[in-house]
Amino acid sequence: MIPPLILRQAKRMGLSLIAVTDHNACHNAEAVIQASAGSGIHVLPGMELQSKEEVHLLCLFDTVRQCRDWQEEVLKRLPPLLNKEAAFGTQFVVDSTGEWVRTEERFLAGAADIGIEEAVAMVHSLGGVVIPAHVDRPSFSLLSNLGMVPDSLKVRALEVTPLFVPDVGFEKWPQLKTWCLIVNGDAHRLQEIQNRTLFKIAAPLVQEIDLALSGEQGRQVVVTWPEIH
Amino acid sequence: MTSLKEIIDTLSLETVVSVSAEGRSVMGGYASDLLSCAMKGAKKDYVWVTLQSHLNVVAVASLLNLVGVIITEGNRPDPETVARAEKEGVLLMITPKTTFTVVGELTSLGVRAETQDPGRW
Repeated sequence: MIPPLILRQAKRMGLSLIAVTDHNACHNAEAVIQASAGSGIHVLPGMELQSKEEVHLLCLFDTVRQCRDWQEEVLKRLPPLLNKEAAFGTQFVVDSTGEWVRTEERFLAGAADIGIEEAVAMVHSLGGVVIPAHVDRPSFSLLSNLGMVPDSLKVRALEVTPLFVPDVGFEKWPQLKTWCLIVNGDAHRLQEIQNRTLFKIAAPLVQEIDLALSGEQGRQVVVTWPEIH
Repeated sequence: MTSLKEIIDTLSLETVVSVSAEGRSVMGGYASDLLSCAMKGAKKDYVWVTLQSHLNVVAVASLLNLVGVIITEGNRPDPETVARAEKEGVLLMITPKTTFTVVGELTSLGVRAETQDPGRW
């Protein structure tokens, strides 16, 4: 998953908009943005935050600067531990060609001491958008950890995994019927990159995505759902 | 059957809502931090032990008519959660102890759970 290969695979998959959302980290987003110059693919910097409730939240921003400000807040609320590479893997930071720049030593794999509602408010105040990640997953998800989508959560959409089948999913979680759902690859490997969600937007901006998720001002989200087997 | 009052006193739990524990009996216990599991495994008049302090804890406890929730490891529900618990009549109790310790103490007091596996959904 180095920047040039991510972009090559994204292009193969016909994508024009991707986001880099590492676990509690945005260290590598800028490298992918730099690598994307001239590729026709727009890259949003972001993060997959693991909240206090151990719920994963996608946080998307327009600029690296906003994302870095968010990173600072998250680092303040992560456990003050060093990474144990044998157990959690090596946390590489690379440049736009994929060359090693440094290894992040701070432990990033855990949960930040930020509740989900607080995280949404903080990301919004920095100009970003939050989408709860893979809500249908049996771990680290809003529905598994908190049982239901709380009214107190001010988000416009929920992400489901590529395996989500609406008819089956709605039977299990009737609450999801009323939500705007999107599908992302949550790709940890190149072959997991998906092209399932189309944003009908005027520009690849967080504000436009926000409008599309709410179906406002002619902006729309169109998801390709799997055939029922 | 153990009285909720006895549990609060013996485990030195702090109650964070004004819901009365008087005359209430605990029919069993359940422990998990995944609310989706608690929705399956906890039963009416059970006490639920968790370190989660999110608002949805109150929703689940109310839905299942639990006798109360013990929130462990010093996690403290925010004012909004406490207000909802007051409104729903859900008794929230907090303790600096771990879930492991609390469950051990509850077992010593005779609180039991259904031996049946709650199964998967």
